[in-house]
Amino acid sequence: MASRNLPYEFILIRYGELTLKGKNRKKFENILHEHVLAQLKDLNVKVSKTHGRMYVYLNGESVDVVTERLSRIFGISSFSPAIKSGLRLDEIKDNALKAVKAVDPPPSTFKVNVKRKNKSFPYASLEMNHHLGAHILRNTKNLRVDVHAPDVEVFVEIGERAAYVMCEKIPGLGGLPVGSSGKVMLMLSGGIDSPVAGYLALKRGLRFEAVHFHSFPFTSERAKQKVIDLTKQLAVYAGHLKLHIVPFTRIQTEIQKVIPEEYSITIMRRLMLRITEGLALKNQALGVVTGESLGQVASQTLHSMHTINAVTNFPVLRPLISMDKIEIINLSKKIGTYDTSILPYEDCCTVFQPKSPKTMPTKEATARLEERLAVDELVDDAIRRTETDIYASRYASRQEEDQTNELDALF
Amino acid sequence: MHVYFDNSATTQPAPEVVESVNEVLSKYYGNPSSIHGLGVQAEKLLRRSTELISEQLGIEENELVFTSGGTESNNLAIKGIAFAYQARGRHLMTSAVEHSSVYEVCRTLEKHFNFEVTYLPVDRQGRVSAEDVKKAMREDTILVSIMHVNNELGSIQPVEEIGQIVRRFPKAFFHVDDVQGIGKVPLSIRQAHIDLLSLSGHKIHAPKGIGVLFVRKGIELYPLLHGGSQQNAMRSGTENVAGIVAVAKAIRLVKEKEKQHAEHFFQLKQRMVQNLEKLDEVKVNSPLDRRSFAPHIVNVSFPGIKPEVLVHALEEKGIFVSTKSACSSKIEQPSRILQAAGMAREQANSAIRISFSMYNTLEEVDYVSEALAEILPYYQKVMKV
Repeated sequence: MASRNLPYEFILIRYGELTLKGKNRKKFENILHEHVLAQLKDLNVKVSKTHGRMYVYLNGESVDVVTERLSRIFGISSFSPAIKSGLRLDEIKDNALKAVKAVDPPPSTFKVNVKRKNKSFPYASLEMNHHLGAHILRNTKNLRVDVHAPDVEVFVEIGERAAYVMCEKIPGLGGLPVGSSGKVMLMLSGGIDSPVAGYLALKRGLRFEAVHFHSFPFTSERAKQKVIDLTKQLAVYAGHLKLHIVPFTRIQTEIQKVIPEEYSITIMRRLMLRITEGLALKNQALGVVTGESLGQVASQTLHSMHTINAVTNFPVLRPLISMDKIEIINLSKKIGTYDTSILPYEDCCTVFQPKSPKTMPTKEATARLEERLAVDELVDDAIRRTETDIYASRYASRQEEDQTNELDALF
Repeated sequence: MHVYFDNSATTQPAPEVVESVNEVLSKYYGNPSSIHGLGVQAEKLLRRSTELISEQLGIEENELVFTSGGTESNNLAIKGIAFAYQARGRHLMTSAVEHSSVYEVCRTLEKHFNFEVTYLPVDRQGRVSAEDVKKAMREDTILVSIMHVNNELGSIQPVEEIGQIVRRFPKAFFHVDDVQGIGKVPLSIRQAHIDLLSLSGHKIHAPKGIGVLFVRKGIELYPLLHGGSQQNAMRSGTENVAGIVAVAKAIRLVKEKEKQHAEHFFQLKQRMVQNLEKLDEVKVNSPLDRRSFAPHIVNVSFPGIKPEVLVHALEEKGIFVSTKSACSSKIEQPSRILQAAGMAREQANSAIRISFSMYNTLEEVDYVSEALAEILPYYQKVMKV
């Protein structure tokens, strides 16, 4: 509602790791701009960008709604509801006062922080601090200055054509805009770890396509739905995400038949990695992301990684490598994947779990055993039968979801 | 002519809702907990319904419980909080004009379970004052339950203001019975800081037997029904899939055009009130003030006339209205709600309620007004003591 917005008509967005310069910065800005536009597409707002800032003109939309949307975008370091002010001193003074008075609950201490980007503005920053501070003190009751730990900090940015007055700095997600670092394939099992790995990949600007191995009837339709849900949840941070469902039943059955139980996981992972590499080639991705964390399970010991990794030359990125389980769980709760991840459906990793998998498999022994399988043919066949869909987050508009679900007709 | 003006009692199911119910019952009859394909399909329907409703209400998907209706939603909200959080405090607050499924629950908790309940008074318009809520809040208050729109008078309670007060008491939850409000008077769950909100399907063109309770994330309710742990164990029992699809569709139908419908209701109400005011000895209890009264309810007293007689007389002309709320209208007593609003016994004793739906028209309003103008003088003459 408009009344809750008052006095704010704009949101100012700050971004950018300072290390980014020149061409990279431009590219980064453009990608971020697209993400902001996409997240706000259904709203009546206008977005402009100038001099290392973006401004959202709210045009009657609610600060809360826009704030929530901006909190899903990587690459934003912080943002603030802002009043746009003319450049005359008395205008800036009035707007600073207006902003302080609108703070709820009313603060008892404040401080002014002026940034003068426009060097032709006649007053220096320090001078402005005094002017504005004095004006606020004169026109309020029960408000004191505290420069160390104020209840509210009044930020004023003085630009070329306008000044912006703000009282709140909301932290953004940080990181780099999704897509600015290129594309990878994410091996998405449906457990707790792989969605978190995907989130962290997005955070560093990678776009990913998810790959899931589906072994119906060993794993159920619900396990597949779970992975679709996780993809949709991650799409909150990425707009749209592609999900490849690889039919894995045949390979798992073959492995059960001819591979000794203690090597089955190692060899299964090697086949998965080969298939993922194949899908990466097909989709112009340059790496693979997994949710492995060192030492967590048998296939995630250094020995296992060494043996499994040997089948590909693609970089295998493991964002969780040094994280403890509890840290991963906490992050998965924060990003909204935890509740789905813990749903108790079998996935491809748990269904044929051997009693005592090898924790120190060797490359040589594994390769020898693997000769019992028609590896190339199995991999090609799985890639050929892979089904791909694009999923949008539940926030993205419904029409966009290319779901021709007859169930939808019921609503 | 057939005119149905008793939409606050129940509504006619929308044809498109009936169609969906029919299809779900005949095609998707699996148990959502079964692991085979039919079960998965039924489960998908539940999920789509949940998605759709959360989107319409502006909440998260895991914040919904499906119940058997408004009464169960209210019972689950109040008993659920009272029993789960009784260690925090035993004081509850509600108003004197709540629906019986809130009022009687509070009375029971008071009488048999050792809770203390404050029943807030209302003004002549049937409205609670936020100031009174503030004054009655205590250290041990764990629940404030206030309806959004009153079912007899149509009074709109200051839910947002009350929400602002309750949120300052970290131990207290805020429950809103929005059974009469949804689709008629816009309300934002988040903006009003509501913790629990009850809805009923059959008041918005879905069938009877389905209700919804919004339960804010993180709140634990002591369940009314124990069993197979469906719906996160908050409400065991195989889900009413057809009802759930129906209520999802109905919520979409009424929410998508909430503003348009409200405008339409108000036009009907305006015409009805204007027509009524032309009649002799008529007292409109729900004036045209849009801030204080919902647009779809006209409560009107005909002093001296037993409202039951009027209901039957109108029925002879194909017109359906009610006395008080349908749930309590079989008991011959003046309305508790109208009395709480300080109405004289005679006025409270002679009220009928006219309530509109999106299907009603101005022609129907005129027809009812003419019918009233025709029959009133007769009954006013014969029933005057």
